[in-house]
Amino acid sequence: MSSTGQPHHGGSLFSRHHILETSPILLVLGILVMVAIGGLVEIVPLFYLKSTIETVQGMRPYTPLELAGRNIYVREGCYLCHSQMIRSLRDEVERYGHYSLAAESMYDHPFQWGSKRNGPDIARVGGKYTDSWHVAHLIDPRSVVPQSIMPSYGFLMTTPLDTRALVDNVATNREVGVPYTDDMMANVMTDLKAQVSPDAPEAAALLKRYPKAVVRKFNPATPEITEGDAVIAYLQMLGTLVDFKLYDDKANLR
Amino acid sequence: MQTVAQPKSLWGGELGLIAVLGLLGLLCLFIAARTIEPAYAFHMGLGVIAAALSIFAIFQRYNARPAERPPLEIDGLPNYNFGPVKFLTLMALFWGLAGMAVGVYIAFELAFPDINIAPWFNFGRLRPLHTSAVIFAFGGNVLLATSFYVVQRTCRARLAGDLAPWFVALGYNFFILIAGTGYLLGITESKEYAEPEWYADLWLTIVWVVYLLVFLGTLYRRKEPHIFVANWFYLAFILTIAMLHIGNNAAVPVSMFSSKSYVVWSGVQDAMFQWWYGHNAVGFFLTAGFLAIMYYFVPKRAERPIYSYRLSIIHFWSLIFLYIWAGPHHLHYTALPDWAQTLGMTFSIMLWMPSWGGMINGLLTLSGAWDKLRTDPVLRMLVVSVAFYGMSTFEGPAMSIKAVNSLSHYTDWTVGHVHSGALGWVAFVSFGAIYCLVPWLWNKRDLYSLRLVSWHFWIATLGIVLYITSMWVSGILQGLMWRSYTPQGYLEYSFIETVAAMHPFYVIRALGGTLFLLAYCLMLYNVYMTITASERAAPAAQPSLQPAE
Repeated sequence: MSSTGQPHHGGSLFSRHHILETSPILLVLGILVMVAIGGLVEIVPLFYLKSTIETVQGMRPYTPLELAGRNIYVREGCYLCHSQMIRSLRDEVERYGHYSLAAESMYDHPFQWGSKRNGPDIARVGGKYTDSWHVAHLIDPRSVVPQSIMPSYGFLMTTPLDTRALVDNVATNREVGVPYTDDMMANVMTDLKAQVSPDAPEAAALLKRYPKAVVRKFNPATPEITEGDAVIAYLQMLGTLVDFKLYDDKANLR
Repeated sequence: MQTVAQPKSLWGGELGLIAVLGLLGLLCLFIAARTIEPAYAFHMGLGVIAAALSIFAIFQRYNARPAERPPLEIDGLPNYNFGPVKFLTLMALFWGLAGMAVGVYIAFELAFPDINIAPWFNFGRLRPLHTSAVIFAFGGNVLLATSFYVVQRTCRARLAGDLAPWFVALGYNFFILIAGTGYLLGITESKEYAEPEWYADLWLTIVWVVYLLVFLGTLYRRKEPHIFVANWFYLAFILTIAMLHIGNNAAVPVSMFSSKSYVVWSGVQDAMFQWWYGHNAVGFFLTAGFLAIMYYFVPKRAERPIYSYRLSIIHFWSLIFLYIWAGPHHLHYTALPDWAQTLGMTFSIMLWMPSWGGMINGLLTLSGAWDKLRTDPVLRMLVVSVAFYGMSTFEGPAMSIKAVNSLSHYTDWTVGHVHSGALGWVAFVSFGAIYCLVPWLWNKRDLYSLRLVSWHFWIATLGIVLYITSMWVSGILQGLMWRSYTPQGYLEYSFIETVAAMHPFYVIRALGGTLFLLAYCLMLYNVYMTITASERAAPAAQPSLQPAE
């Protein structure tokens, strides 16, 4: 009775389609089979093809302070304007540095490659600017980059870092596969404080557990650890772990 | 049939739901009391309030309802359940206003960054609010409303379940409330278009399963021998979104008392899961679901049968099969292995065909009724939406080609492409459907004003044109500036120079969005006046209620 078309049968395959049109459960099964295939073919091999993630040296889990900073980076939605994925294109490599490797984000839960560059890529921003530049830039981006369209994140510099759940956060990362050792697990809070206390004896132990960690009081305005310290600690290590002088891209052709 | 009045008592479903909501409410209360995160405690507090209000509402309904269940048929005609449909339609209108207003605001933030208000109204927290509000809150409520309407009408059967449809309608909107307030408060998984945290995801999973059961239950009740084509698309949308949602959001919470979770996938695999999800949120939420709307509302409004039954079969199966593969085109030239990128590109190009199959089937449905475009602005809106669908689904495969994508990716071209689909296709087909639905649901002869629909159409179309042309120019301009070299072989522009060049286009885009929003307000007024002031429909104006002969 609906004015919206009457099936008219004819032709072998089309006439059989009424089987699906008269059985909801067969229709459900047909749909499930059709929509499962593409995902299975594209996703499953990524877990067992060895070439998916390159063999590199230098990758390590995030220090507790870097992880806290990364969580703030996620919370503030930084990935919506900054990619962390340098494509293998000439201009990108010359602008930002070596193209990003899959290995460089293998401990990232979740990944932060981004999809839009309202600001520049920051996959290798680590070490490119001083801490005081980052502090000034986060407080008032246009004080250092007059044409910037970035919002102000000055509140990070005055908000104390909440570390009450940090041990649990590191433990959960270990649960989902990040290779935090027992030694790392036992020293989460010590390492957190050590990373902003370059003169303390614990700093050496931190660097042994997390090579290339940047140990400084990033936001010198306050003695306590602020969210700003955590974010800048994270930014200052981005893209610095793999030494590309030693990296052999021929060995990792895919 | 009922000669003896039954004694009134709570039905099993009512008792069960009261028990489940009571337990969930207590669990929320327990977590709210224990957590150290104020934002999470706020969400759990909302859970307690929602559970309490729902239980109260069930008792209120019990007091007002008769002892017997509502009959499936009255005098041989289906006794349709349109209450949830009305509610969902109104919620769609509300969230549409919120989502579009936030969109206009963040468009102005990009043009005039000083209007960012830290931390709640910074761009980074508002953008997920905008995308989720327009896609899942506005679009989702439109899909729920129309699917509950269409499945009843085309099956000639009352919606399955008694409280279940209301549970879906209210539960889904509660999910939206948690998701949206969470972004403002900094609760996010950062997976684009799937940002809500683990507890919101779990809740949505429950709601979605009930949605599937209500939909399937109604299909099983149908009086029509065949399942109508729109329902195939709704079913594919419901099933696939469930699969994508579970796959992309597999996460381990830090603890029951923490809003934070870590997704089990990492790095490149997580990226692949994300865009398998992300592109099929487009493919199944924003395409399959809205194609279902096209397949019901365009023929209905044009009073013509669908152009081709065979085309709808081919187009349906090839569309759902091919779409799933398209995700890797979001990851061209990244650290995703080349073979996956190539597969994604190949299938994205093939996807052009079923997409245009759908467009052709929709447009040619107007064969013999093209003159109605001049006199019926609602039909014009529906038809133009299908034309925009055709344009976006041509642009999409073009952008998925690696050479094109190397220019377009990370730029505003993508944003423009998304909005030609979102504003031109999804929003317009939704507006058309709502303009049809409101008089049908509230039993009115017609809309309050067709002239206002016409104004809505033209102002919104002008807004879309400003939006997408400015984004084409800014996207291509920025992409070219990034890869521009001086004769000496140096990069010609610093990054910030390419940002500064975007300013005029960001202003034009924001104005385009403002026009679209203003036109939307005309629709709100028109719907309000239709419900409150329009003439009631004559009883005979419901031809589809006649029994089949």
